[in-house]
Formats: sequence, C-alpha cells, structure tokens
Amino acid sequence: MKARAFSYVRSETLADAYAAFAQAGDASYISGGQSLVPALALRLQAPELLVDLGAVAEMHGVTLDGDMLRIGGLTRHAQMLTEPLIARHAPLLAQAAPHVAHPAIRNRGTLGGSVALADPASEFPAMMLAMDARMEIFGAAGTRLVPADAYFQDLYQTALEPGEILVALHVPSVGPRHRWAFDELTRRRGDYAMVGAGLQGLFEEDGRIEHIRIAFFSVAATPVRVKSVEAALAGRKIDAALIAHVQGLIDAELDPAEDEHLPPAMRLHLARVLLGRLLQTVSSPT
Amino acid sequence: MSAPVPLALTVNGVEVARAVAPRTTLADFLRLDLELTGTHTGCEMGACGACLVMMDGVPVHSCLVLAVQAEGAVIETVEGLSERGAIAELQQAFHQRNALQCGFCTPGVLVNAHALLEHGGVPTREDIRDALSGNYCRCTGYEAIVDAIETTARLRAGAEGQP
Repeated sequence: MKARAFSYVRSETLADAYAAFAQAGDASYISGGQSLVPALALRLQAPELLVDLGAVAEMHGVTLDGDMLRIGGLTRHAQMLTEPLIARHAPLLAQAAPHVAHPAIRNRGTLGGSVALADPASEFPAMMLAMDARMEIFGAAGTRLVPADAYFQDLYQTALEPGEILVALHVPSVGPRHRWAFDELTRRRGDYAMVGAGLQGLFEEDGRIEHIRIAFFSVAATPVRVKSVEAALAGRKIDAALIAHVQGLIDAELDPAEDEHLPPAMRLHLARVLLGRLLQTVSSPT
Repeated sequence: MSAPVPLALTVNGVEVARAVAPRTTLADFLRLDLELTGTHTGCEMGACGACLVMMDGVPVHSCLVLAVQAEGAVIETVEGLSERGAIAELQQAFHQRNALQCGFCTPGVLVNAHALLEHGGVPTREDIRDALSGNYCRCTGYEAIVDAIETTARLRAGAEGQP
C-alpha cells in the first residue's frame, strides 16, 4: 500500500508541464489526486515522473464569457456547491456534486481531473454530455476545444492524446427556459452509482420540449446519451404516457455488461425508473 | 530520479521545513517525519477516513495528499485541534456518550466533526451522518457518535444564545 518511488515536478505553465511530461516518457499528471494517489498506493499505476498541475494559472478560476461558462480544470468538487457562477449558469454540476464521493474527497478532487480520467461510473463526465460542454485541451499544436460528444471514446479513453492536458471545461449557460435534473441510485451514500443520469433541456413557454440531452453513467464503458429517447421527447409535453413510452426505448439504447453484483436486466430496470423520475422532475419548471 | 524535494508548510501553528521523497503521503509525513501519530492510517486509499486532517481550513484525507502537494499549506492535525482546545467539548461528549471503543477511527471522526460544527448552528442528524459518510467505525454503530456531535452542537448553540 505504498507507491513505488517516482520523481516530482511542479509546473507553473502548460508548456512547462507538457515538456516535462514529454521528456519523461513515463509520466502522469496530478491535480487533486483523489483517484491517482490511491492508484499509486495500490501500484495500479507506477509512473517515473509526476507532473503537478496545481500551480498552472490558466487552470484556476471560473469565468463567464458571454453565454459560455469557463470552469478551470483545477476547480474542486466542493466549489461546485459554493461558486455562485456555477449555481447560476451550470446548476446541473451543483446538483450532481453532493453525490460525488464524500465531503473530504470533494475538498481535494478537481473537475478537470474527474473528466480527464473519465471513469464511466463518475457523475461529472456524464454531466459534460448532458450540458453539451466543450473540453479545452492543451497539446503540441496549442489549445483546442473538443465537444463532449467527441470526447468520450472508450473505457478511460478520451480525446486526450498522451501528454495533453485538460485545461478547462466550457459549459453553455442555462437561461430561463432551461430545465435540468440529476439523480442516481446507490446502495450507500457516496458509493459509486448502480445507475445515474442527468438531463438538461430547453422548454417552450407552454411546457413542450424544444430539445433535451440525457446522459447516463454506470451503464457502459463511457457515459452515454440516450438519443432515441431525446428524439422522442423533442416537441412533446411530458405526461405519464410519454414517460412510459420513452422508458420503453431504454432497452434498445443501453446494453450494460454482465456484472456479478448487478445483472444487466436489473440495471436496465433501474435506468427506466431513473429516467421516469427525472422526467417527472422537469415536467414542471425547475 | 525520485530525489527528495524541499517542503515547507505549517503544521499545528509551527512552520516546518523538510526534504521529503515525492512518494511520501502527507499522512506518512505527519506520522513518521513529525511523529504526529494521532493521525491514523487505515486503508491508505481514501475509504476509511481515519487519516483526516484540516488542510487550509477544510478536512482532507492525508493519505490521498502527497506531502509535496502540501507545499505552503496550513495543516492542523487532531493533536493541534486538541491542544488549542478547539475540540474540548467534542472530546468530552465522545467520552460521555461512549462514542468510541477501540478509538482507531476517532481522530478522523473528530476532525470531520470539528469541520462540520465550524459552520455553526445545529446540524440535523441526517446532516451529521452525511458529513461522516466517509468515516468508518467498526465498534460503535455510529449512533453514539452522532449523539455526541449533536450534543456538542446544541451545547455550543445554547452557550452562544446566552447573554
């Protein structure tokens, strides 16, 4: 339960961090360390060099630029609950945050670290999909923005190339016609969810859905949208019949893996229940 | 490679400067280098909560922080909280309510309870349980711990209410 020895460097710029990583060959970045440090202790990972991103200025802070909220990658989970700009412009993150691990973990864990790791059972990566966020990535060719739909690729695999850094998350601000909801089903408080989901949609004045994005987690190798459900909801007003109809689409959308603790049929059942609850929640204004 | 890194931080009000191996966790640094063994290491992977310390004013798992990451930080361990009397009422209440048996988890529980009560007011029992959701206790069944924290919160609220 002790990490293998490694070297350590604290970089103050993205370029320095990128160069240090490239030079080492076998390196890992560390931000909050709440997933990485246990992985080091268990020797699931044993890099030769740890590059600490904690002092990189561009990765700190939350700012609003027009309709886009930029959340620095080093923003801690606990700040999702205290940062006024997040409460106002990206409320789905504030709603998800109490479900992420335990309070002391949330004091250290970072949003960028969570989305860079892309654990398929984690809350925040799925919320990036639901909110249609863009990932600000620093690499050899400078900085680029990758939409969430193109970012999550496979189990722990994202659009991040080796050595690239997830600098910030860009989240479209919600307006008065947006509604959103988050929930998850866990065996114990703070545990990984058996099934979880978040949704965010734009609603007409009369309550009809203009468009909606629904992202599930803990159901596949990556967080996933249920696009046939989203399409079936577009232009419609939520009622019991519509909820029952889209619940019926879940089985064709999700294909959970075999799991000795949770058979696929039960996971699908839980996903249908969760979808129903979330749609019920947004059937009246948030 | 993996050469010791200079580290300067404040622990229980005292400025400390040492060289540490990068792989050293804050928990091991406190226990082995500073001999502050009140901070306990149980699971060493962030599950049990025995190693909680205050870092820049909030509770963190010291087993999930590398000592080198604490450069410039202000750390307070259960020893520091105890010595300056910050948790005297909590300690008294834990004693009275039998909120510990073997005591292994108690330092982490006290640090978390201290952080919760610093918000002021009287938290609900559900709030207390939520705050302690990352602390394992294998002896008490938690009920007495929640009692002790609730008792302390009421005591403090009552004391503040007096003229």
